Amino acid sequence: MTQPRIASGVAPRIAIEGLTKYFGNHLVLDRVNLRVAPHEVVCLIGASGSGKSTLLRCINRLIEPDYGKVLLDGVPVEDPSFGKTGLQRRVGIVFQSYNLFPHRNVLGNITLAPIRVHGLTRAEAEARAHEVLAMLGMERFARAYPEQLSGGQQQRVALARALAGGPDVLLLDEVTAALDPELVGEVMAAIKAQKDRGMTMVIVTHEMGFARGLADRVCFLDGGRIVEEAPPEALFTAPEHPRTQAFLSRLIEGGRL
Amino acid sequence: MIPEQPTTPPPPPKRRGFDWRTALVPGLIGGGSIVVVFGVLGWLVATNDNWPRIRAQFFNPDHMLAALPRVAWGFLTNMQVWLIAMACIGVWALVLAVVRSLRGAWFAPFRLMVMLYIDIFRGLPALLLVILFGFGIPALRIPGLPNSGLFWGGVAMVLCYSAYVCEIYRSGIDSVHEGQRAAARALGLSEWQIMVYAILPQALRNVLPSLMNIIVALQKDVALLSVIGVRDAVREAQIYTANTFNYSSLVVAAGLFLLATIPMARLADWVTARDRARRLQQAG
Ligand SMILES: Nc1ncnc2c1ncn2[C@@H]1O[C@H](COP(=O)(O)OP(=O)(O)OP(=O)(O)O)[C@@H](O)[C@H]1O
Ligand SMILES: [Mg+2]
Repeated sequence: MTQPRIASGVAPRIAIEGLTKYFGNHLVLDRVNLRVAPHEVVCLIGASGSGKSTLLRCINRLIEPDYGKVLLDGVPVEDPSFGKTGLQRRVGIVFQSYNLFPHRNVLGNITLAPIRVHGLTRAEAEARAHEVLAMLGMERFARAYPEQLSGGQQQRVALARALAGGPDVLLLDEVTAALDPELVGEVMAAIKAQKDRGMTMVIVTHEMGFARGLADRVCFLDGGRIVEEAPPEALFTAPEHPRTQAFLSRLIEGGRL
Repeated sequence: MIPEQPTTPPPPPKRRGFDWRTALVPGLIGGGSIVVVFGVLGWLVATNDNWPRIRAQFFNPDHMLAALPRVAWGFLTNMQVWLIAMACIGVWALVLAVVRSLRGAWFAPFRLMVMLYIDIFRGLPALLLVILFGFGIPALRIPGLPNSGLFWGGVAMVLCYSAYVCEIYRSGIDSVHEGQRAAARALGLSEWQIMVYAILPQALRNVLPSLMNIIVALQKDVALLSVIGVRDAVREAQIYTANTFNYSSLVVAAGLFLLATIPMARLADWVTARDRARRLQQAG
């Protein structure tokens, strides 16, 4: 294991301790430890099935771990002080397949939670939605339905939906993996903008350029363990762990690095 | 070498108007074959030695005309029961389906009850239930309960059909992608809100064609109530037959049913086709 790279003295925004998860008898996360400082961007890479999505989903409780805990600013995520929806308001997530609600238009997708969960009025929620859409260059599409949008546009709407509640942590699960290459850029730019605004992010990606350009730190997962973590340059140019080396050389052979 | 391109592309091909000659041949063949098939059938029937008797018994214009007002009046009852039952089934089955699809240990007993309900009401013939409810419950003469056969027969229909419709709804709910649920949950929606705002609108749209078919089937099955004495179209026609020993009134009732169900069936086809087009568009 590599040493933690968090500057000592900074309280982590996210602290993951001994996180373990089984699906049936299949050990998917094996005593994972991870700390993410405020405003830090951490990328999770690793082979398919190594547990990246599962780890991400444990942070906002889409999945309940079997052992270990996740702390947000030192408070366990299952703590009653979050209420029913406090955690979801502070942690936004975007999925690979967008998962927009097809029966609601862009505005309807973005305002659903603010109106029904956060108790905003429709006018307030829509004003906020327009703000977020403007930030992502998607204002024109407020009344469009998801099926009328390109993949990149849909993914930006999904991002807007995640941002509408004003989260300070963003979880991104392979958000560019379903996109045509020429659409990756626009989504990446939107995420870069979030980093510049100081968003704390945990990003699962197969896009090594993504990890290189955005990450403060890259974690390599293998068999449910973080076997190596380092700043992107170090990890990509001089991986220490043989598993990381093997993974990266496979990527290079595939022409993806 | 690439051949030199003209400066303007050629104009779009002229859309051919309706061409009588190309449309005529298949149309003639189709129409002709229908005429031949039914002509032969009609000829076989009409030249049969028994045809005069058949016509007098089944297609007697005088009897048909005489029976029409009563049968039509009865058919009005069919339509009323159909509409009311449809609304009740739509709501009750939805309640069942939602309960059946709720997740979490707390709902387990309710899920089990719904499962039992479906097993029972899907396993019993509708006719049996109609007789049991329509004759049985009024016979108890329990004070405070309505004791009309029509009411209880209708209840039986609703209970029975809801079991089927519940399963249709449920297949619709199951067909909604798991990611939709995850997205809604990540936004902080409660289990109930996820159902109402994320899952059900999609589920209902997905099962609309199947629901239309059930609605058509229900329209005919309302006639089951005639066995408990409800004076619907079939019952009225039967009464006429009993008095006159002539079956033309039943043919009138048959005509009315077809008049109502065939447009419904075409509408169902249209909804199905539209739904398929939408799915293809989404997939593509
Ligand atoms: N709900 C589930 N039930 C059972 N097994 C699951 C479930 N979700 C994930 N798994 C299994 O857990 C393992 C890790 O899954 P996970 O989705 O976290 O991997 P991943 O690293 O995100 O992979 P990918 O790059 O393909 O998305 C896989 O073997 C997967 O089959
Ligand atoms: Mg994954």
